[in-house]
Amino acid sequence: MFRNQYDTDVTTWSPTGRLFQVEYAMEAVKQGSAAIGLRSRSHVVLACVNKAQSELSSHQKKIFKVDDHIGVAIAGLTADGRVLSRYMRSESINHFFTYESPLPVGRLVVHLADKAQVCTQRSWKRPYGVGLLVGGLDESGAHLYYNCPSGNYFEYQAFAIGSRSQAAKTYLERRFESFGESSREDLIKDAILAVRETLQGETLKSSLCTVSILGVDEPFHFLDQEEIQKVIDTFEKVAEEEDEAEGEAEAAPAAAQAEQAGDQDVAPMEI
Amino acid sequence: MTKQHANWSPYDNNGGTCVAIAGSDYCVIAADTRMSTGYSILSRDYSKIHKLADKAVLSSSGFQADVKALQKVLKSRHLIYQHQHNKQMSCPAMAQLLSNTLYFKRFFPYYAFNVLGGLDAEGKGCVFTYDAVGSYEKVGYSAQGSGSTLIMPFLDNQLKSPSPLLLPAQDSITPLSEAEAVDLVKTVFASATERDIYTGDKLEIMILKADGIKTELIDLRKD
Repeated sequence: MFRNQYDTDVTTWSPTGRLFQVEYAMEAVKQGSAAIGLRSRSHVVLACVNKAQSELSSHQKKIFKVDDHIGVAIAGLTADGRVLSRYMRSESINHFFTYESPLPVGRLVVHLADKAQVCTQRSWKRPYGVGLLVGGLDESGAHLYYNCPSGNYFEYQAFAIGSRSQAAKTYLERRFESFGESSREDLIKDAILAVRETLQGETLKSSLCTVSILGVDEPFHFLDQEEIQKVIDTFEKVAEEEDEAEGEAEAAPAAAQAEQAGDQDVAPMEI
Repeated sequence: MTKQHANWSPYDNNGGTCVAIAGSDYCVIAADTRMSTGYSILSRDYSKIHKLADKAVLSSSGFQADVKALQKVLKSRHLIYQHQHNKQMSCPAMAQLLSNTLYFKRFFPYYAFNVLGGLDAEGKGCVFTYDAVGSYEKVGYSAQGSGSTLIMPFLDNQLKSPSPLLLPAQDSITPLSEAEAVDLVKTVFASATERDIYTGDKLEIMILKADGIKTELIDLRKD
């Protein structure tokens, strides 16, 4: 994407029918650190990479609780994300006040999308520079939506946004068909493995990622460091054993394969 | 020509009595379950006690539609607080919020007579008593509602220090044990039920402690 004479205002169309400012806003999402969401029939897991400005600072908060039954993970301009989260919380509270029932996720994302669209059609505004992965549970089941700065939204079985999200998406594409029937534990494991894909070589530690879950009989909450580390340990150990087996030449490939088959399809380790 | 007055009232009184007593590490909140209008009974099983936060429980008599609306507003405000502060509201904070909410409608008040009970930041019991427009005070015990005039003097007799001149009440916490407090509540309600037609049917008692909330339901006279 290069600078051109149609990209100054959000209210200027290009001759090819594009709104460049909106597309630039979507670029901002790609620059943010990765956020991943996946869902089964009964649970939704949101995970993200903890990016800190510097070694001295704490990391940015990228996953927010909207209500007991809705959570949101963001990528892009986190300030915009924080403001939109506040809006979502307000909508959820107001809906409950009026109807005495939890806000259906599908309604929330429409409100969000309409709010984003307004900013693409006013000369004195700019689009929100944040992509939102909205995960929630309502009467019709578990849902995961992606809200764009453009005002579009889509429903997903699993999705990843932000930098190096393509690696996570490739992993998810391979496995998403099984997610619907996944157990809660398997879903968490897949989320963390997807996060690992975006790290590309960096060792996965529980301090590097934040994981949250919500589901039937389980209000939205974050998993604590120990829980995440336990899940990481299950597949890191298998990978270590794999390495050892390979190191001993092809002496016991059967043993390594047995470990691998016992565990889930572990992504190949960089050696 | 004299000014025409409305021939209807936006308010109704659904009767009932609420009591709360604070202890050193507990708080007892109690209310009868009779809901009435005029001389008729609407329900023998209507709860006037509502949990607002882990450590704050509200009991209100008066116009129950206004009470319900008030509870909804407080619940929403509490959710916002939790999002912003990542924790539940303390009882004193809820007390101030309730006062502000009531005064907000100073010129069309919530017809609600409230008693807020709970545990403060140190885990000691606290009771806050209100009027309809938000004037409130932290006390060791209180009664509101149709039976309050029968109950309050008796609670004063049992719980207040003998003479404010000789021994001013140092603390607003009463030196009662939990069992004694519950017993006292049952006694006062039994008496109030005898003489107040709007109080009776069942008594709901909630005991708030640091480890959780216990509820007891006791029969009262149904006449």
